[in-house]
Amino acid sequence: MQVSMSVNGDEVTEEIEARMLLVHFLRDQLGLTGTHWGCDTSNCGTCVVWMDGEPVKSCTVLAAMAGGHEVRTVEGLERDGELDPVQQGFMECHGLQCGFCTPGMLMTARALLDRNPSPSTDEIRQAISGQICRCTGYATIVRSIQWAASYEAAATVGSAS
Amino acid sequence: MQVPAPFEYERATGVDDAIALLDRLGSAARLVAGGHSLLPMMKLRLANLEYLIDINDLHGELGYIEVEPGQLRVGSMTRHRELLESDPLAEAFPIFRDAERVIADPVVRNRGTIGGSLCQADPSEDLSAVCTTLDASCLIRGSSGSREVTMAEFYRGPYETAVGDDEILIEIRIPVRPNGSSAYEKVERRAGDWAVVSCGAAVWMDGDVISDARVGLAAVGPNTTGIPAISEALRGKVPSEDLYAEAGAIAAENCTPSTDMRGSAEYKRHLANELTRRALRRSTARIHGQGV
Repeated sequence: MQVSMSVNGDEVTEEIEARMLLVHFLRDQLGLTGTHWGCDTSNCGTCVVWMDGEPVKSCTVLAAMAGGHEVRTVEGLERDGELDPVQQGFMECHGLQCGFCTPGMLMTARALLDRNPSPSTDEIRQAISGQICRCTGYATIVRSIQWAASYEAAATVGSAS
Repeated sequence: MQVPAPFEYERATGVDDAIALLDRLGSAARLVAGGHSLLPMMKLRLANLEYLIDINDLHGELGYIEVEPGQLRVGSMTRHRELLESDPLAEAFPIFRDAERVIADPVVRNRGTIGGSLCQADPSEDLSAVCTTLDASCLIRGSSGSREVTMAEFYRGPYETAVGDDEILIEIRIPVRPNGSSAYEKVERRAGDWAVVSCGAAVWMDGDVISDARVGLAAVGPNTTGIPAISEALRGKVPSEDLYAEAGAIAAENCTPSTDMRGSAEYKRHLANELTRRALRRSTARIHGQGV
């Protein structure tokens, strides 16, 4: 079957099998290997991408189901060579070690800050509760997201003055 | 790598279109909503089908929470996140927000729907216990018309419902009665997991006495279980710790848990007892404006 969708702002049309999962479509068909493929059972969350602005686990969405929708992956976070503040935050605060969970964490973090620009520690922990990190114990991930929130708050104040 | 077996993909444009597709494709077809139960089952070959009919485009038509005099209606495509975030729903039935906080995780809740959850009919599923507790009924539609069934009629057995091969669940209807409240209690092994045991309660008061009460348990038998004996024991009584203990004992006696990786049958009976007490206590406190 043929499927068309927008991926990071680009319209793509591909011939696929109906049973192809969105994660494999992104990685194997489009070569966007930033989205990782982990548990295959919607538990680990490394495959999180956005569909119409909301984080979803792409191992449990068919590529066909994403047809006609807007998909955004970790490759779509940086703009004109500038890292998104959540990406910068993960660098500043050592939010990753092996990096396997990072793409999913970044996409969920970005969605959280878009909805809630100054989340509490609890709210951050809840937002990433469907994602597993085996390196950091989550503490540095929480700090990284807080760093991004503070950075964006300062930038907003800066642009208002 | 887990991938479903081959199938043909169809996308329904509306309720009538979905029913027409089901009519044409027969028992070889299944509807998919959020897909977070069905796709894993397809990957494991526990669900085998020739046609998959995607009904996500029906969210506009079937994604709603309508509070009306005497009844609340929830469209079957309403997603978990919408149920969690709805203030009118939490005000009428706080049990929904209690349950939604502990169903899966926020990313899964962006996709999963109430209709998909009920139609999955997993004996451990939380919204099934919520709807049983609230005495909900289900509106089912097929090419020959619509019909409304009670939750007891809806569940035929584990993973089996009254929804026929050529039918679709449209709406969940919940009666709204005055002077009542509700609560949900769940014990899980880790955040976002299926219940070891969970328990919903709803209580209605007439002055100082309980005019009606209902309890629904999940994960303690082949079906989500309502316990009429508890309703009988509580009606006309003044709420007290002794009364909650009596209800808890009835819950433990009236369930049929089995020993599995989530716990022993004995432990689950203990939980059925304890969670029944907690859910009733919390429901009653909420009626008295003690927000907990």
